[in-house]
Amino acid sequence: MELFIARLFDGLNNGATYAAVAVALVLIYKATTLINFAQGELALFGAFLTYGMAVGWGWPVVLSVIVAMILSAILAAGIERTLIRPFPPDAHLPIVIITLGLFLAMNALSGIIWGFDPLNLPSMFPAGDAFTFGIARLRWRTIGNLATVTGMLVFLNVVLKRSKIGLAFRAVSTNIESSRLVGIRVGPTLQFGWALAAAIGTLGANLIIPDLLLDPTVMLRVLIFSFAAATLGGLDSLGGALIAGLIVGLVRSLVVGYVGFIPNELSLATAVVLIMVVLLFKPDGLFGTARVERV
Amino acid sequence: MSTDPSSHHGSGRQVLLDVKALRASYGVVEVLRGIDFSVDQGEIAVILGANGAGKTTSLRAVCGMITTSGSVQLAGEEIIDRKTHEIVRRGVAHVPQGRGTFPDLSVADNMLAGAFIRDDDEIADDIARWYETFPVLGERREQPAGNLSGGEQQMLAVARALMSRPDLLLLDEPSLGLAPIVTEQLFETFAELNANEGVTMLIVEQNASLALGIAQHGYVLEAGEIVLSGTGEELSGDDSVRAAYLGY
Ligand SMILES: Nc1ncnc2c1ncn2[C@@H]1O[C@H](COP(=O)(O)OP(=O)(O)OP(=O)(O)O)[C@@H](O)[C@H]1O
Ligand SMILES: [Mg+2]
Repeated sequence: MELFIARLFDGLNNGATYAAVAVALVLIYKATTLINFAQGELALFGAFLTYGMAVGWGWPVVLSVIVAMILSAILAAGIERTLIRPFPPDAHLPIVIITLGLFLAMNALSGIIWGFDPLNLPSMFPAGDAFTFGIARLRWRTIGNLATVTGMLVFLNVVLKRSKIGLAFRAVSTNIESSRLVGIRVGPTLQFGWALAAAIGTLGANLIIPDLLLDPTVMLRVLIFSFAAATLGGLDSLGGALIAGLIVGLVRSLVVGYVGFIPNELSLATAVVLIMVVLLFKPDGLFGTARVERV
Repeated sequence: MSTDPSSHHGSGRQVLLDVKALRASYGVVEVLRGIDFSVDQGEIAVILGANGAGKTTSLRAVCGMITTSGSVQLAGEEIIDRKTHEIVRRGVAHVPQGRGTFPDLSVADNMLAGAFIRDDDEIADDIARWYETFPVLGERREQPAGNLSGGEQQMLAVARALMSRPDLLLLDEPSLGLAPIVTEQLFETFAELNANEGVTMLIVEQNASLALGIAQHGYVLEAGEIVLSGTGEELSGDDSVRAAYLGY
């Protein structure tokens, strides 16, 4: 029982962080109907920026994370403007290839700037436990991660549902031509989506990496679970990404915990299997909009 | 009756949209072969033409949705090289052929999106007003537009276009897919809007009798060329128009 509860807390903690990166993927998917393969590496870059400010310069961690989110947003806006916008929004192949190239470039750049030695990224939340039950510990960090991701989603929902740029973003995600016909500038609206997604991805990286070690490969291990969460959630549903993120986190920690012969490294495979199963049997995920034919 | 588009416009009237020598191609196929037409401030003009004549292409050209050559002047200003969102901000609203709505957005959000270029505080009043004109939209305001029937979506597309308070409303086959009774109501609404609010309209139609009934001027487009123009009455009385578009 204690073990179960311990795994439950663990799963919720990881799940919340997968969800944060999954939300970033979903935002770009809504805008472009494409997966941004560079999302994780943008977040990685943001985590290194946080490290530089928090550890290198001794800034408060929360402030470092906020500044890193802003810098990632600016970087992503620049990437959208220079590398993505020259292509028409429906030119899927070139855009996918660019995000793959970005993935490699951002990864290499992080390694060149910050090196390949694992670093300890500080958490925004205090160490220690809020509550213990035998070996089951509910860490402040878990509570902080869950609260941050929930708060982030509420904020995002308000921005998308209540602000003018949010309306423009939703309009562009559903019909680009009609968006132009109501006077929306499609390019800057998509740029806003890229910036927002990058900030959220950086936040997600700053939630999860303190539990791991910061090096240029760390996001690969996270991203696969976020892909799984985004797919399970239906790719275009923000709330779905949160719930699916928690499910993926729980499944992972319970599967790894109880099925003794699955070594931790193989838990990546559970994510791949999950992605394949969802795509095969329920391509719209749990909460996705059934794909209407786009005209 | 003549093919000179300027001859039937009386003197002293202001030309809102003036199109000259407009050419458009898709690849190597020239679809508009240098057409001229104009719409006076405050009038309803109609372009008639069979399938594939180039009606949709003409409207898309006016809105900067395709690359074209020639001249398109709006209230005396050249807009042919302007981007669509700029043209919309200059007072042109376009109801495209078929689905012109945001299917994933609620009806209410579609209306708000229609007012995207506006910054005043009368947006909510306007929405309420169009819900009165099109009650079905008000009843289903919270539902995704994609759940509406084809006819209801067409009404939404028109209402959404009116939300921008346009000077010039471009309507691409508004009767397409609508029941005759709904089409009649819609055209009555167009006539009222034109009479009461002074919204200038350019309607592209195959339903010639209804369109000519409310239009002051009309053009007949065939294979990318204007072959006839005249007042609504003149066109209704023309034998070739009767045979081809009115069916009597
Ligand atoms: N995107 C496109 N690519 C290639 N050819 C096109 C394209 N759109 C239209 N055409 C061609 O251009 C010509 C004019 O098309 P357009 O859509 O303007 O006709 P229309 O008068 O609106 O017809 P309808 O009454 O059927 O709507 C047609 O021959 C059509 O096949
Ligand atoms: Mg057409």
